[in-house]
Amino acid sequence: MIHSLFLINASGDIFLEKHWKSAVSRSVCDYFFEAQERASEAENVPPVIPTPHHCLLSVYRHKIFFVAVIQSEVPPLFVIEFLHRVVDTFQDYFGVCSEVMIKDNVVVVYEVLEEMLDNGFPLATESNILKELIKPPTILRTVVNTITGSTNVGDQLPTGQLSVVPWRRTGVKYTNNEAYFDVIEEIDAIIDKSGSTITAEIQGVIDACVKLTGMPDLTLSFMNPRLLDDVSFHPCVRFKRWESERILSFIPPDGNFRLLSYHVSAQNLVAIPVYVKHNISFRDSSSLGRFEITVGPKQTMGKTIEGVMVTSQMPKGVLNMSLTPSQGTHIFDPVTKLLSWDVGKINPQKLPSLKGSMNLQAGTSKPDENPTINLQFKIQQLAISGLKVNRLDMYGEKYKPFKGIKYMTKAGKFQVRT
Amino acid sequence: QPQAIASDSCCAGGGDGENEDLKQMLESSKDSAKLDAMKRIVGMIAKGKNASELFPAVVKNVASKNIEIKKLVYVYLMRYAEEQQDLALLSISTFQRALKDPNQLIRASALRVLSSIRVPIIVPIMMLAIKEASSDLSPYVRKNAAHAIQKLYSLDPEQKEMLIEVIEKLLKDRSTLVAGSVVMAFEEVCPDRIDLIHKNYRKLCNLLVDVEEWGQVVIIHMLTRYARTQFVSPWKTVLAEYNENNFYESDGEQKEKDRNVKKTYTMDPDHRLLLRNTKPLLQSRNAAVVMAVAQLYWHLAPKSEAGIVSKSLVRLLRSNREVQYIVLQNIATMSIQRKGMFEPYLKSFYVRSTDPTMIKTLKLEILTNLANEANISTLLREFQTYVKSQDKQFAAATIQAIGRCATNITEVTDTCLNGLVCLLSNRDETVVAESVVVIKKLLQTQPAHHGEIIKHMAKLLDNITVPVARASILWLIGEYCERVPKIAPDVLRKTAKSFTNEDDLVKLQILNLGAKLYLTNSKQTKLLTQYVLNLGKYDQSYDIRDRTRFIRQLIVPNEKSGALSKYAKKIFLAQKPAPLLESPFKDRDHFQLGTLSHTLNSRATGYLELSDWPDVAPDPAVRNVEVAESVCCLEETRKCHLLVHYSFVDFTGLVIYYSIPLLACKLAGSHVLVPEL
Repeated sequence: MIHSLFLINASGDIFLEKHWKSAVSRSVCDYFFEAQERASEAENVPPVIPTPHHCLLSVYRHKIFFVAVIQSEVPPLFVIEFLHRVVDTFQDYFGVCSEVMIKDNVVVVYEVLEEMLDNGFPLATESNILKELIKPPTILRTVVNTITGSTNVGDQLPTGQLSVVPWRRTGVKYTNNEAYFDVIEEIDAIIDKSGSTITAEIQGVIDACVKLTGMPDLTLSFMNPRLLDDVSFHPCVRFKRWESERILSFIPPDGNFRLLSYHVSAQNLVAIPVYVKHNISFRDSSSLGRFEITVGPKQTMGKTIEGVMVTSQMPKGVLNMSLTPSQGTHIFDPVTKLLSWDVGKINPQKLPSLKGSMNLQAGTSKPDENPTINLQFKIQQLAISGLKVNRLDMYGEKYKPFKGIKYMTKAGKFQVRT
Repeated sequence: QPQAIASDSCCAGGGDGENEDLKQMLESSKDSAKLDAMKRIVGMIAKGKNASELFPAVVKNVASKNIEIKKLVYVYLMRYAEEQQDLALLSISTFQRALKDPNQLIRASALRVLSSIRVPIIVPIMMLAIKEASSDLSPYVRKNAAHAIQKLYSLDPEQKEMLIEVIEKLLKDRSTLVAGSVVMAFEEVCPDRIDLIHKNYRKLCNLLVDVEEWGQVVIIHMLTRYARTQFVSPWKTVLAEYNENNFYESDGEQKEKDRNVKKTYTMDPDHRLLLRNTKPLLQSRNAAVVMAVAQLYWHLAPKSEAGIVSKSLVRLLRSNREVQYIVLQNIATMSIQRKGMFEPYLKSFYVRSTDPTMIKTLKLEILTNLANEANISTLLREFQTYVKSQDKQFAAATIQAIGRCATNITEVTDTCLNGLVCLLSNRDETVVAESVVVIKKLLQTQPAHHGEIIKHMAKLLDNITVPVARASILWLIGEYCERVPKIAPDVLRKTAKSFTNEDDLVKLQILNLGAKLYLTNSKQTKLLTQYVLNLGKYDQSYDIRDRTRFIRQLIVPNEKSGALSKYAKKIFLAQKPAPLLESPFKDRDHFQLGTLSHTLNSRATGYLELSDWPDVAPDPAVRNVEVAESVCCLEETRKCHLLVHYSFVDFTGLVIYYSIPLLACKLAGSHVLVPEL
């Protein structure tokens, strides 16, 4: 299926190649470079590029293109999803996935890739299995290895590979047994000029960090499971139990994992926690434009809105902006024309605002469209959909674990048209 | 000082010097030196540097006791064995020994390397190894055997028959670990041997939920193809029934008779089994699995049930841009045929200014497909925002979309046309040009009221420079020259002046305009047209010279031109069919959804055609398994609920499956089964 993999950095250098069948010449990447040149920005490079004898499927993450070479029919999502899994694995192994990290750990990278695919077909993609086959590099282990002569490579087949719970290894031991669950919701919204909502949706995830000894069997139940309109699970969750009782029942993987992602249906009214008042105007005659925005809280259920960040792509004609914020800092990049304003917390008594003027290029006509405003924010201890975890129980082990639940709401793709 | 000189000489020696150094390290008695050398060599391979000359030194270490050295040697062998076949043979005996190792990981990796080194001379050894491994006790080794089948097949296709035997054996395997890999091998080696699947069909359906995600994708695609050959269509019968009822409405007797003739459609239980067992996978975290189930429902489910996949597909739109790209393409194809599936999710396709252009245009495509009388006014308001977008390529695509909505929904044609005419005074040239092109197409479909709009466009000609737009305006004026009798000759006069500086596309249309005017209004334009034809005669492009010659023969009769010029007017000013504004995704549905071929809109090598439903279903009994057996559904096992399937032969000779859910309670470390039912 997957013939070869090339890793290409932002400046167009192939810095790693791996072949699972006969080697494919690097020159196949020329088609990719051509497409890259045609696309103005990295994210406009098409993910599927046909060439006379191969097909190039790529993903772009961490400023690196992961380009897979395909020779025959294969579901494209299969390859794309796999490439993303590769990136996730690297991130898991090295903390960050960057060109430098990959180059520094090239042997581990190669060993991992070798285990992930056999003849182009995925062999082991669960990170806990991989970590038993090839241990992630740590300073301590490197030192120990040099002294004792032991290696990073496991010589036994990981127990997970054969077990019915492949995501969990056996013999896990902790002195402090703890399980944390973060309910994180993101609001995707488009707000129109007058402040009314065009579309708004809530997408949520439950990320877990479980450090429990042995083979714990957990159940997690909600106060209001009906809210969840569409869900996708980590493979550990028992489908049937969810279907019949709306309870999440699972033997968790060890460590960090995403238990569940869900969608709160668009039929439910979504509370929009912030509003933006804006007055952006260009005049035909003068080369000055007015710019004024104010951000304020709307439906926040009494919680503070923090981490507010406003970004906006200004039209090409804007040369410079002279603005004064009532709080926070702002930057306008005259090259990319990107305005960003780091607001911080919103104090409802004194609403943050950013006012001033824009210098427009003389002689050009006024832009057709006012810029769109993108908003980021965070609200701690609140799931905006109202989702609440009822209880978490553990079976199968005798000790008493420490359990914790945290809620958070964030802006996803939150846009205000002006 | 001497050190510096030494390193200098090393550099002068170039790559060889360094390799010499590596060779020495590989010969060393210390494992640490060898390991170091191997790591550097792997680093070279990763960078794409040629390390093949080290082959003899590396291959010696294949039997190393150190597992990491061994692994790295394997990596090296897989890369270079093909190029150094003779030397590679030195390593074979080591692998043969390792194939008998008590450690399953070592057996499996030996098989992996042995089958990956692509040396034709060892084909018989590989064949033997695969056969043995296929009956290994460890499912992990058997999984590797399934992978080896494909490798051997690509190395030597003549082994096909023997390999099919192994596939047949492995298809019977009950391990979830093996299932995905062997189906993959089946798809590559013998996708047409559907008969091998029959007996394993039910087992595969039942195991599916427990197979690893990648295997699920492959199995679902294969079962989709299988089902299309074995079951009758769940779509057609509804239609047929309806027609029949209508036809015999008045005739009671006939109706009675008809009831006997009419085959009422009941879905084969096996068909239902597949649909039922794939449905939970829509909740997989893996986008490829979700897409695979979606395409299965699209191609196999009754139309009323296919709708359940839309929600999951829309969910995937939250994912990375690459996933979005593929999913949106598939939704675009689906939304042409069955609008209803995605209408409730209309707003999920609204464009954000931060989307990459390719995502924007795909969303726009879907919005256009979904447009109907009910939602068009909302959509047009949304489109107005898009037209103003700073991304001009996208703005142009929006104008085309408006044009398509205008032709498809007659209620809004006038509104759209007016809106587009307003855009003609837009400042951006691409927007104006695109509007001109779309207006031209719209006017053709609406031959009622052009006068004003054409005049307006004629005025624009002085300012527009985009060739396609200029050509479109000229064509319009030529086509409807009788409706703007005063303006048309003047346009010809202006363009005759600028002829030499125009783009080829525009030149052709000037010639065209001249010819049409010559035929309708030769008094005013005869000389002008001849002037233009003369310019065209000496043009650099032979296309234009050719066209000029052709037009002159047709419209200016002489003794050579023959009978055709009599019909010149009919030829040039014939009623032309209006162009159809269609989605580029219209013809994509003949490819199976979710495939590479669908994405490329052309047949990829190895694409397996989805057959049409058979008129009569082949014998369903082929899927019956003779021996009574109990298949443990693994998903349930690992989740402590056991579902034991009993099958037995009933009096009609059919095998019946019974499922009894059992609750397993873990008591003092042992499992006790307690029936729930």
